[in-house]
Amino acid sequence: MNGVHDMGGMHGMGPIQLEKNEPVFHARWEARVFALNRLVGAWGKWNIDASRHVKELIPPAEYFRISYYEKFLVGMTELLVNSGLVTRAELESGKPARDSKKMNPPLTVDKVPLFVARGVPASRDVTVEAKFRVGQRVRARNLNPTGHTRLPRYARGKPGTIERDHGVFVFPDTNAHFLGENPQHLYSVRFAARDLWGDQAAPQDAVYVNLWDTHLEPA
Amino acid sequence: MDGTRRGFLKAALTAAGATTTPLYAQDQGRGSGQAVPSDPALRVKSLESLLVEKGLVDPKAVDALIDTYEHKIGPRNGARVVARAWVDSAYKQRLLANADAALAELGYGGLQGEHMVAVENTPAVHNLVVCTLCSCYPWPVLGLPPVWYKSAPYRSRSVIDPRGVLRELGLDLPASVAVHVWDSTAELRYMVIPERPAGTETLGEEQLADLVTRDSMIGVAKVSAPQVRGRL
Repeated sequence: MNGVHDMGGMHGMGPIQLEKNEPVFHARWEARVFALNRLVGAWGKWNIDASRHVKELIPPAEYFRISYYEKFLVGMTELLVNSGLVTRAELESGKPARDSKKMNPPLTVDKVPLFVARGVPASRDVTVEAKFRVGQRVRARNLNPTGHTRLPRYARGKPGTIERDHGVFVFPDTNAHFLGENPQHLYSVRFAARDLWGDQAAPQDAVYVNLWDTHLEPA
Repeated sequence: MDGTRRGFLKAALTAAGATTTPLYAQDQGRGSGQAVPSDPALRVKSLESLLVEKGLVDPKAVDALIDTYEHKIGPRNGARVVARAWVDSAYKQRLLANADAALAELGYGGLQGEHMVAVENTPAVHNLVVCTLCSCYPWPVLGLPPVWYKSAPYRSRSVIDPRGVLRELGLDLPASVAVHVWDSTAELRYMVIPERPAGTETLGEEQLADLVTRDSMIGVAKVSAPQVRGRL
Protein backbone atom coordinates (compact mmCIF):
# COMPACT_ATOMS: atom_id res chain seq x y z
CA MET A 1 0.00 0.00 0.00
CA ASN A 2 1.17 3.51 -0.72
CA GLY A 3 1.25 4.42 2.96
CA VAL A 4 3.37 6.81 4.98
CA HIS A 5 5.44 3.90 6.28
CA ASP A 6 6.99 3.74 2.80
CA MET A 7 8.97 6.91 3.42
CA GLY A 8 12.23 6.38 1.53
CA GLY A 9 12.96 9.61 -0.35
CA MET A 10 10.38 11.77 1.42
CA HIS A 11 11.34 15.27 2.53
CA GLY A 12 10.46 17.36 5.53
CA MET A 13 10.98 14.86 8.34
CA GLY A 14 13.57 17.00 10.10
CA PRO A 15 17.03 16.34 11.49
CA ILE A 16 18.23 13.01 12.84
CA GLN A 17 18.34 13.13 16.61
CA LEU A 18 21.05 11.03 18.15
CA GLU A 19 20.88 10.25 21.83
CA LYS A 20 24.02 9.72 23.88
CA ASN A 21 24.10 6.54 25.98
CA GLU A 22 20.66 5.57 24.75
CA PRO A 23 19.02 2.84 26.84
CA VAL A 24 17.60 -0.24 25.09
CA PHE A 25 14.13 0.79 26.31
CA HIS A 26 13.04 4.24 27.47
CA ALA A 27 10.34 2.96 29.79
CA ARG A 28 9.41 -0.39 31.27
CA TRP A 29 6.19 -0.55 29.28
CA GLU A 30 8.23 -0.42 26.05
CA ALA A 31 10.17 -3.47 27.19
CA ARG A 32 6.95 -5.30 28.08
CA VAL A 33 5.40 -4.49 24.68
CA PHE A 34 8.54 -5.66 22.91
CA ALA A 35 8.50 -9.02 24.66
CA LEU A 36 4.71 -9.54 24.64
CA ASN A 37 4.66 -8.92 20.90
CA ARG A 38 7.12 -11.78 20.32
CA LEU A 39 5.43 -14.12 22.78
CA VAL A 40 1.91 -13.77 21.41
CA GLY A 41 3.37 -14.18 17.93
CA ALA A 42 4.55 -17.64 19.03
CA TRP A 43 0.94 -18.86 18.88
CA GLY A 44 1.45 -18.94 15.12
CA LYS A 45 -1.85 -17.21 14.41
CA TRP A 46 -0.11 -14.65 12.20
CA ASN A 47 3.28 -14.09 10.65
CA ILE A 48 5.85 -11.30 10.69
CA ASP A 49 4.55 -9.88 7.41
CA ALA A 50 1.02 -9.62 8.79
CA SER A 51 2.40 -7.93 11.88
CA ARG A 52 4.18 -5.37 9.70
CA HIS A 53 1.10 -4.77 7.61
CA VAL A 54 -1.18 -4.17 10.57
CA LYS A 55 1.07 -1.29 11.62
CA GLU A 56 1.00 0.10 8.09
CA LEU A 57 -2.78 0.32 8.44
CA ILE A 58 -2.53 2.81 11.30
CA PRO A 59 -3.94 6.04 9.80
CA PRO A 60 -1.13 8.36 8.63
CA ALA A 61 -1.60 11.14 11.19
CA GLU A 62 -1.71 8.56 13.95
CA TYR A 63 1.32 6.74 12.54
CA PHE A 64 3.42 9.86 13.00
CA ARG A 65 1.81 10.93 16.26
CA ILE A 66 2.38 7.80 18.28
CA SER A 67 5.74 6.37 19.29
CA TYR A 68 7.41 3.26 17.93
CA TYR A 69 6.34 0.91 20.71
CA GLU A 70 2.83 2.35 20.76
CA LYS A 71 2.57 1.26 17.13
CA PHE A 72 3.62 -2.20 18.32
CA LEU A 73 0.95 -2.08 20.99
CA VAL A 74 -1.74 -1.06 18.52
CA GLY A 75 -0.66 -3.68 15.97
CA MET A 76 -0.40 -6.49 18.49
CA THR A 77 -3.79 -5.61 19.96
CA GLU A 78 -5.47 -5.72 16.58
CA LEU A 79 -3.84 -9.05 15.70
CA LEU A 80 -4.91 -10.53 19.03
CA VAL A 81 -8.53 -9.61 18.33
CA ASN A 82 -8.50 -10.51 14.62
CA SER A 83 -7.06 -13.93 15.41
CA GLY A 84 -9.58 -14.61 18.16
CA LEU A 85 -6.96 -15.04 20.89
CA VAL A 86 -8.57 -12.14 22.74
CA THR A 87 -12.02 -10.66 22.38
CA ARG A 88 -12.75 -6.98 22.30
CA ALA A 89 -14.84 -7.33 25.44
CA GLU A 90 -11.88 -8.85 27.24
CA LEU A 91 -9.67 -6.00 26.08
CA GLU A 92 -12.09 -3.44 27.37
CA SER A 93 -12.67 -5.12 30.72
CA GLY A 94 -9.08 -6.27 31.13
CA LYS A 95 -10.45 -9.63 32.37
CA PRO A 96 -10.84 -13.02 30.64
CA ALA A 97 -14.38 -13.88 29.56
CA ARG A 98 -16.13 -15.98 32.18
CA ASP A 99 -16.40 -19.00 29.88
CA SER A 100 -12.82 -18.86 28.61
CA LYS A 101 -10.52 -21.74 29.45
CA LYS A 102 -7.02 -20.99 30.65
CA MET A 103 -4.52 -21.91 27.94
CA ASN A 104 -0.89 -22.98 28.01
CA PRO A 105 1.52 -20.58 26.34
CA PRO A 106 3.63 -22.18 23.58
CA LEU A 107 6.74 -20.12 24.33
CA THR A 108 7.54 -20.68 28.00
CA VAL A 109 10.58 -19.28 29.77
CA ASP A 110 12.60 -22.47 29.27
CA LYS A 111 12.16 -22.19 25.50
CA VAL A 112 13.24 -18.56 25.21
CA PRO A 113 16.99 -19.21 24.71
CA LEU A 114 16.37 -21.63 21.84
CA PHE A 115 13.77 -19.30 20.31
CA VAL A 116 16.27 -16.43 20.34
CA ALA A 117 19.09 -18.62 19.02
CA ARG A 118 17.05 -20.11 16.17
CA GLY A 119 14.82 -17.24 15.23
CA VAL A 120 12.20 -17.70 12.55
CA PRO A 121 13.95 -18.36 9.24
CA ALA A 122 12.24 -17.02 6.12
CA SER A 123 14.24 -19.05 3.60
CA ARG A 124 12.57 -22.15 2.18
CA ASP A 125 14.29 -25.33 1.16
CA VAL A 126 12.32 -25.85 -2.04
CA THR A 127 13.43 -25.79 -5.64
CA VAL A 128 12.08 -22.78 -7.46
CA GLU A 129 13.61 -21.59 -10.68
CA ALA A 130 15.17 -18.14 -10.53
CA LYS A 131 13.69 -15.77 -13.10
CA PHE A 132 16.81 -13.61 -13.16
CA ARG A 133 20.56 -14.16 -13.00
CA VAL A 134 23.33 -12.20 -11.32
CA GLY A 135 24.48 -9.33 -13.51
CA GLN A 136 21.21 -9.13 -15.43
CA ARG A 137 19.61 -5.74 -16.03
CA VAL A 138 16.10 -5.63 -14.62
CA ARG A 139 13.38 -3.13 -13.88
CA ALA A 140 11.32 -2.96 -10.73
CA ARG A 141 7.70 -3.28 -11.80
CA ASN A 142 5.36 -0.38 -11.33
CA LEU A 143 3.13 -2.13 -8.83
CA ASN A 144 0.77 -0.22 -6.56
CA PRO A 145 -1.07 -2.83 -4.52
CA THR A 146 -3.45 -1.64 -1.82
CA GLY A 147 -2.13 -4.40 0.44
CA HIS A 148 1.30 -5.17 1.86
CA THR A 149 4.37 -4.95 -0.35
CA ARG A 150 8.10 -4.81 0.30
CA LEU A 151 8.73 -3.05 -3.02
CA PRO A 152 9.33 0.55 -1.93
CA ARG A 153 7.75 3.31 -4.00
CA TYR A 154 11.07 4.96 -4.79
CA ALA A 155 12.28 1.89 -6.70
CA ARG A 156 9.16 1.25 -8.79
CA GLY A 157 9.69 1.54 -12.51
CA LYS A 158 13.41 2.06 -12.02
CA PRO A 159 16.15 0.08 -13.79
CA GLY A 160 18.66 -1.89 -11.76
CA THR A 161 21.07 -4.80 -11.83
CA ILE A 162 20.84 -8.15 -10.05
CA GLU A 163 23.77 -8.08 -7.66
CA ARG A 164 23.17 -11.26 -5.68
CA ASP A 165 20.69 -14.14 -5.62
CA HIS A 166 19.96 -15.06 -2.00
CA GLY A 167 17.96 -18.17 -2.81
CA VAL A 168 14.31 -18.94 -2.10
CA PHE A 169 12.39 -16.94 0.50
CA VAL A 170 8.82 -16.45 1.66
CA PHE A 171 7.12 -13.71 -0.36
CA PRO A 172 5.79 -11.15 2.15
CA ASP A 173 3.31 -9.51 -0.23
CA THR A 174 1.08 -12.61 -0.18
CA ASN A 175 2.11 -13.99 3.20
CA ALA A 176 1.00 -10.82 5.00
CA HIS A 177 -2.55 -11.49 3.78
CA PHE A 178 -2.46 -15.23 4.58
CA LEU A 179 -2.52 -15.93 0.85
CA GLY A 180 0.39 -18.34 1.00
CA GLU A 181 4.14 -18.15 1.36
CA ASN A 182 4.62 -18.19 -2.40
CA PRO A 183 8.36 -18.92 -2.02
CA GLN A 184 10.54 -17.44 -4.74
CA HIS A 185 14.02 -16.09 -5.34
CA LEU A 186 15.11 -13.05 -3.41
CA TYR A 187 17.79 -10.77 -4.81
CA SER A 188 19.87 -7.78 -3.94
CA VAL A 189 19.14 -5.34 -6.74
CA ARG A 190 21.54 -2.47 -7.30
CA PHE A 191 19.98 0.81 -8.34
CA ALA A 192 22.28 3.64 -9.41
CA ALA A 193 21.47 6.61 -7.17
CA ARG A 194 21.03 8.79 -10.27
CA ASP A 195 18.45 6.41 -11.73
CA LEU A 196 16.44 6.83 -8.53
CA TRP A 197 16.96 10.50 -7.74
CA GLY A 198 18.32 12.22 -10.83
CA ASP A 199 21.33 14.46 -11.15
CA GLN A 200 21.28 15.58 -7.53
CA ALA A 201 22.71 12.19 -6.58
CA ALA A 202 26.41 11.41 -6.82
CA PRO A 203 27.15 9.38 -9.97
CA GLN A 204 29.09 6.71 -8.08
CA ASP A 205 26.46 6.10 -5.38
CA ALA A 206 23.95 3.25 -5.31
CA VAL A 207 21.02 1.92 -3.31
CA TYR A 208 20.61 -1.83 -2.88
CA VAL A 209 17.09 -3.14 -2.38
CA ASN A 210 16.01 -6.72 -1.65
CA LEU A 211 13.35 -7.66 -4.16
CA TRP A 212 11.66 -10.90 -5.15
CA ASP A 213 10.95 -12.37 -8.61
CA THR A 214 7.39 -11.02 -8.58
CA HIS A 215 8.70 -7.45 -8.17
CA LEU A 216 10.93 -7.58 -11.23
CA GLU A 217 10.83 -7.69 -15.01
CA PRO A 218 13.62 -7.84 -17.58
CA ALA A 219 14.91 -4.36 -18.45
CA MET B 1 -14.67 -2.36 6.25
CA ASP B 2 -12.68 0.82 6.40
CA GLY B 3 -15.00 2.21 9.01
CA THR B 4 -14.68 -0.97 11.01
CA ARG B 5 -10.91 -0.79 10.82
CA ARG B 6 -10.85 2.82 12.01
CA GLY B 7 -13.31 1.96 14.70
CA PHE B 8 -11.14 -0.88 15.82
CA LEU B 9 -7.95 1.12 15.86
CA LYS B 10 -9.71 3.69 17.96
CA ALA B 11 -10.88 0.95 20.28
CA ALA B 12 -7.38 -0.50 20.47
CA LEU B 13 -5.99 2.90 21.31
CA THR B 14 -8.46 3.58 24.04
CA ALA B 15 -8.98 0.08 25.37
CA ALA B 16 -7.42 -1.55 28.38
CA GLY B 17 -7.58 1.15 30.96
CA ALA B 18 -7.25 4.30 28.92
CA THR B 19 -9.90 6.85 29.68
CA THR B 20 -8.56 9.92 27.92
CA THR B 21 -6.80 10.64 24.69
CA PRO B 22 -3.18 9.96 25.49
CA LEU B 23 -0.42 12.48 25.02
CA TYR B 24 1.90 10.63 22.73
CA ALA B 25 5.55 11.39 22.38
CA GLN B 26 6.50 11.74 18.75
CA ASP B 27 8.87 9.26 17.22
CA GLN B 28 11.34 11.86 16.13
CA GLY B 29 11.07 13.98 19.21
CA ARG B 30 11.98 11.13 21.52
CA GLY B 31 15.66 11.93 21.63
CA SER B 32 15.99 12.18 25.36
CA GLY B 33 13.32 9.65 26.13
CA GLN B 34 11.93 11.88 28.82
CA ALA B 35 8.27 12.73 29.23
CA VAL B 36 7.20 9.17 28.55
CA PRO B 37 3.42 9.18 28.57
CA SER B 38 1.92 7.25 31.41
CA ASP B 39 -1.06 6.13 29.40
CA PRO B 40 0.62 3.42 27.32
CA ALA B 41 2.10 2.11 30.54
CA LEU B 42 -1.40 1.58 31.90
CA ARG B 43 -2.64 0.00 28.68
CA VAL B 44 0.30 -2.37 28.55
CA LYS B 45 -0.08 -3.35 32.18
CA SER B 46 -3.74 -4.14 31.66
CA LEU B 47 -3.03 -6.07 28.45
CA GLU B 48 -0.22 -8.07 30.01
CA SER B 49 -2.31 -9.10 32.98
CA LEU B 50 -5.10 -10.18 30.62
CA LEU B 51 -2.69 -12.22 28.49
CA VAL B 52 -1.17 -13.88 31.55
CA GLU B 53 -4.55 -14.61 33.09
CA LYS B 54 -5.75 -16.21 29.86
CA GLY B 55 -2.61 -18.33 29.72
CA LEU B 56 -1.53 -16.76 26.44
CA VAL B 57 1.81 -15.59 27.77
CA ASP B 58 4.30 -16.85 30.37
CA PRO B 59 5.28 -13.78 32.43
CA LYS B 60 8.69 -15.30 33.15
CA ALA B 61 9.27 -15.53 29.40
CA VAL B 62 8.51 -11.79 29.15
CA ASP B 63 11.23 -11.10 31.72
CA ALA B 64 13.66 -13.47 30.01
CA LEU B 65 13.21 -11.89 26.58
CA ILE B 66 13.70 -8.40 27.99
CA ASP B 67 16.78 -9.51 29.89
CA THR B 68 18.21 -11.06 26.72
CA TYR B 69 18.07 -7.79 24.79
CA GLU B 70 18.92 -5.49 27.68
CA HIS B 71 21.89 -7.44 28.98
CA LYS B 72 23.02 -10.28 26.74
CA ILE B 73 22.71 -9.34 23.09
CA GLY B 74 24.09 -6.02 21.87
CA PRO B 75 26.71 -4.31 19.72
CA ARG B 76 29.54 -5.96 21.63
CA ASN B 77 28.73 -9.09 19.60
CA GLY B 78 29.17 -7.27 16.32
CA ALA B 79 32.35 -5.62 17.59
CA ARG B 80 33.87 -9.05 18.21
CA VAL B 81 32.96 -10.10 14.68
CA VAL B 82 34.57 -6.99 13.20
CA ALA B 83 37.72 -7.41 15.29
CA ARG B 84 38.03 -11.02 14.16
CA ALA B 85 37.59 -9.96 10.53
CA TRP B 86 40.33 -7.35 10.97
CA VAL B 87 42.90 -9.75 12.36
CA ASP B 88 41.97 -12.81 10.29
CA SER B 89 41.58 -12.15 6.58
CA ALA B 90 40.39 -15.70 5.90
CA TYR B 91 37.60 -15.13 8.42
CA LYS B 92 36.70 -11.86 6.74
CA GLN B 93 36.42 -13.62 3.39
CA ARG B 94 34.12 -16.23 4.92
CA LEU B 95 32.07 -13.45 6.52
CA LEU B 96 31.64 -11.65 3.23
CA ALA B 97 30.86 -14.83 1.30
CA ASN B 98 28.53 -16.51 3.81
CA ALA B 99 27.82 -14.35 6.82
CA ASP B 100 25.47 -16.84 8.51
CA ALA B 101 28.16 -19.53 8.69
CA ALA B 102 30.90 -17.10 9.70
CA LEU B 103 28.78 -15.57 12.46
CA ALA B 104 27.86 -19.03 13.69
CA GLU B 105 31.58 -19.72 14.14
CA LEU B 106 31.50 -17.06 16.87
CA GLY B 107 28.16 -18.24 18.21
CA TYR B 108 25.98 -15.50 16.73
CA GLY B 109 22.75 -15.86 14.80
CA GLY B 110 19.04 -16.29 15.36
CA LEU B 111 16.14 -13.94 15.88
CA GLN B 112 16.12 -11.04 13.41
CA GLY B 113 19.47 -12.16 12.06
CA GLU B 114 18.42 -15.51 10.65
CA HIS B 115 19.85 -14.44 7.30
CA MET B 116 22.78 -12.04 7.45
CA VAL B 117 24.87 -10.16 4.93
CA ALA B 118 28.14 -8.42 5.80
CA VAL B 119 29.35 -5.53 3.66
CA GLU B 120 32.84 -4.11 3.87
CA ASN B 121 33.89 -0.49 3.96
CA THR B 122 37.04 0.28 1.99
CA PRO B 123 38.86 3.46 0.95
CA ALA B 124 36.66 3.40 -2.18
CA VAL B 125 33.25 2.31 -0.82
CA HIS B 126 31.26 3.34 2.24
CA ASN B 127 28.21 1.27 3.18
CA LEU B 128 25.16 2.46 5.06
CA VAL B 129 22.26 0.34 6.38
CA VAL B 130 18.64 1.45 6.69
CA CYS B 131 15.12 0.04 6.72
CA THR B 132 12.93 2.57 4.93
CA LEU B 133 9.73 0.52 5.36
CA CYS B 134 9.91 -0.34 9.07
CA SER B 135 12.77 -1.02 11.50
CA CYS B 136 14.69 -4.12 10.33
CA TYR B 137 18.03 -4.35 12.11
CA PRO B 138 20.56 -7.14 12.80
CA TRP B 139 19.64 -8.05 16.38
CA PRO B 140 22.15 -10.89 16.98
CA VAL B 141 25.13 -8.63 16.32
CA LEU B 142 23.83 -5.16 17.24
CA GLY B 143 20.95 -5.74 19.64
CA LEU B 144 17.79 -3.66 19.28
CA PRO B 145 17.93 -0.52 17.14
CA PRO B 146 18.29 3.00 18.57
CA VAL B 147 15.35 5.39 18.24
CA TRP B 148 17.00 7.47 15.52
CA TYR B 149 17.43 4.39 13.29
CA LYS B 150 13.66 3.78 13.46
CA SER B 151 12.77 7.45 13.06
CA ALA B 152 11.19 9.10 10.03
CA PRO B 153 14.16 11.43 9.40
CA TYR B 154 16.66 8.58 9.03
CA ARG B 155 14.30 6.27 7.15
CA SER B 156 13.25 8.94 4.67
CA ARG B 157 16.56 10.65 4.02
CA SER B 158 19.21 7.96 4.02
CA VAL B 159 18.28 6.62 0.59
CA ILE B 160 17.85 9.96 -1.20
CA ASP B 161 20.60 11.91 0.56
CA PRO B 162 23.02 9.53 2.28
CA ARG B 163 25.89 11.99 2.06
CA GLY B 164 23.82 14.71 3.71
CA VAL B 165 22.77 12.29 6.45
CA LEU B 166 26.38 11.25 7.06
CA ARG B 167 27.55 14.87 7.07
CA GLU B 168 24.88 15.73 9.60
CA LEU B 169 26.15 12.87 11.75
CA GLY B 170 29.73 14.11 11.47
CA LEU B 171 31.08 12.09 8.57
CA ASP B 172 31.97 14.11 5.48
CA LEU B 173 32.90 11.69 2.71
CA PRO B 174 34.94 12.83 -0.30
CA ALA B 175 33.57 12.39 -3.83
CA SER B 176 36.18 9.68 -4.40
CA VAL B 177 34.24 7.39 -2.07
CA ALA B 178 31.12 5.68 -3.43
CA VAL B 179 28.23 5.43 -0.98
CA HIS B 180 26.25 2.20 -1.03
CA VAL B 181 22.96 2.25 0.87
CA TRP B 182 21.40 -1.09 1.84
CA ASP B 183 17.64 -0.91 2.31
CA SER B 184 16.56 -3.88 4.46
CA THR B 185 13.35 -4.73 2.63
CA ALA B 186 13.53 -8.51 3.23
CA GLU B 187 14.42 -10.96 6.01
CA LEU B 188 18.08 -10.25 5.34
CA ARG B 189 19.94 -8.22 7.90
CA TYR B 190 23.04 -6.22 7.13
CA MET B 191 26.10 -5.36 9.13
CA VAL B 192 28.91 -3.10 8.00
CA ILE B 193 32.53 -4.11 8.54
CA PRO B 194 34.10 -0.71 9.10
CA GLU B 195 37.65 0.10 8.05
CA ARG B 196 40.34 -0.72 10.56
CA PRO B 197 41.86 2.57 11.65
CA ALA B 198 45.53 3.28 11.10
CA GLY B 199 47.73 3.04 14.16
CA THR B 200 46.06 -0.09 15.54
CA GLU B 201 48.61 -2.59 14.22
CA THR B 202 49.84 -3.55 17.68
CA LEU B 203 46.41 -4.04 19.23
CA GLY B 204 45.01 -7.47 19.97
CA GLU B 205 41.57 -8.70 19.00
CA GLU B 206 39.91 -7.77 22.29
CA GLN B 207 41.40 -4.28 22.24
CA LEU B 208 40.28 -3.84 18.67
CA ALA B 209 36.75 -4.90 19.60
CA ASP B 210 36.75 -2.14 22.23
CA LEU B 211 37.13 0.42 19.43
CA VAL B 212 34.24 -0.78 17.28
CA THR B 213 31.05 1.19 17.83
CA ARG B 214 27.45 0.33 17.03
CA ASP B 215 27.21 3.31 14.68
CA SER B 216 30.25 2.17 12.69
CA MET B 217 28.50 -1.15 12.04
CA ILE B 218 25.36 0.64 10.82
CA GLY B 219 27.62 2.72 8.62
CA VAL B 220 26.97 6.19 10.04
CA ALA B 221 30.43 6.53 11.61
CA LYS B 222 34.02 5.44 11.16
CA VAL B 223 36.08 3.68 13.79
CA SER B 224 38.66 5.95 15.40
CA ALA B 225 42.09 4.88 16.58
CA PRO B 226 42.48 5.02 20.35
CA GLN B 227 43.72 8.25 21.86
CA VAL B 228 47.25 7.69 23.07
CA ARG B 229 47.81 9.41 26.38
CA GLY B 230 50.73 11.80 26.64
CA ARG B 231 51.26 11.98 22.91
CA LEU B 232 49.92 14.25 20.26
